[in-house]
Amino acid sequence: MSNSAGLKAKLGLDVFKPGLEPHIVIRPGMEKDPRLKKAILVCPAGLYSENEKGEVVLTIDGCLECGTCRIACGTDVLDWNYPDGGTGVQFRFG
Amino acid sequence: MEKFDVIVVGAGLAGLAAAYTMSREGLEVVLLERGEYAGSKNVTGGRLYVNPVRHLFPDLWDQAPFERFITHEGFSMMAADRSITVGYYGNELNRAPYQSYSVLRSRFDRWLAEQAEAQGAMLLSSAKVDDVIIENGKITGVLTGDDGLHADVVIACDGVLSLIAEKAGLRNAGMPRDYAVGIKEVIELDPDLINARFNLEGDEGAARLFFGDITKGRFGGGFLYTNRESISLGIVVGIKALMEGEAFLEAPAFFDGFKERPEIAALIKDGTTVEYSAHVIPEGGYRSLTPLSGNGILVAGDAAGLALNLGVTVRGMEYALASGYYAAQTVLQAKDAGDYGAEKLAVYKTMLENSFVLEDFRNFRETPAVLDERRIVSHYPELFGKIMKDLYEIPGGPKNRLYPTIRRYLTIGEMLSMFKDFRKVMKI
Repeated sequence: MSNSAGLKAKLGLDVFKPGLEPHIVIRPGMEKDPRLKKAILVCPAGLYSENEKGEVVLTIDGCLECGTCRIACGTDVLDWNYPDGGTGVQFRFG
Repeated sequence: MEKFDVIVVGAGLAGLAAAYTMSREGLEVVLLERGEYAGSKNVTGGRLYVNPVRHLFPDLWDQAPFERFITHEGFSMMAADRSITVGYYGNELNRAPYQSYSVLRSRFDRWLAEQAEAQGAMLLSSAKVDDVIIENGKITGVLTGDDGLHADVVIACDGVLSLIAEKAGLRNAGMPRDYAVGIKEVIELDPDLINARFNLEGDEGAARLFFGDITKGRFGGGFLYTNRESISLGIVVGIKALMEGEAFLEAPAFFDGFKERPEIAALIKDGTTVEYSAHVIPEGGYRSLTPLSGNGILVAGDAAGLALNLGVTVRGMEYALASGYYAAQTVLQAKDAGDYGAEKLAVYKTMLENSFVLEDFRNFRETPAVLDERRIVSHYPELFGKIMKDLYEIPGGPKNRLYPTIRRYLTIGEMLSMFKDFRKVMKI
């Protein structure tokens, strides 16, 4: 398990412009799909976790829009889009 | 509906280079960027090598907001409890024109966008492209929100995932084995401390790469670049390798483990992390390049898979700049001919083949497979680390002679497999 408090603090350093809709959505019925479980391992922001029902849940706040989950899990399980123009992460250094 | 000569999707280095080059030649260029400003979504390690692209943009470099010119190179083999570092300094690296600079993309891309705008390019920021418009099999424009924009040709410079090239039917979603993820912190640090810790004077900069135990036997490595007033510290790990990991080794843990290494901790001590970022990087090389053009569309930069990991150097930004430039040249030729069809636009690939871009990709086509060798990332750092440990160790009693000390590790079997590995490394 990675240091989630430290990770949250680091994400807190970044500038985020809130959007109206989550830009990445787990496709209905895919919550327990083994392909989706990979997202827990690969997400640099630690936004995916497994709940007590064995379903993978995604918290979109703090998404760095890196694209790793799209490549690791695929679009059968994730409805993956970029956030609306002008919203989402805003890198000041990059 | 609005009609332009060209629509460029994405104000990263490829898109900005293309827009700059075409508007200089008087084309009506609209550049669509989903971020609030150019660079706001872009991440690099990062260092830019200028030599291959210097002549393509002769007027740009004097004023460019680089961080530091790199004079001190280094790489480290990291074993679990020890490391071996090789440093390189050469007077040629410290002579203008400098071959490479550290950069921060937010600042650099915003500046390059201003240069493109000064040439007449129209930059529309906060504009996400949702789809391409296809008429009679030809890409004739893009949809952003409810607006349709039309042009003779679209250049997809929308980054490594390139949803635009996907929607245009040029590629499928990427496979994990062809991509890595880079995770990075920008750590603010007093410039005097940076200079003292890395033996630098003034605007000289250092670049360091790391491989071995930090990726726990997986494809990848760490990097450190000095900026003017900060350090870019990061780690790159293959996505396929990450997916095969155990539950306790999630991506952020690789970065944390790297940052906590004593070799690294001392370099960033008293620094303040000011940003945490991550981005996917194309790592598949020549084999995984996506189609570069189609009917009414060109693809440049990361969108086309144009990044290359050569072990001691990792490159992408100059390929983005150059491919943007050649995409622009292709459009200029197509405009003269009044033909934007797939056949005409295929000259783009020929231009890239005749330039350093695809020449490099062909020359280094075997490199990704070699760098994936687990012996290279896990076995050798431990082996050489142990040899160094024994060479430096002065025991309580008498010390063994140096040759037998080394020879104990280099058994016949070991030397045979080293020879085999060396033959693979020769392909790099």
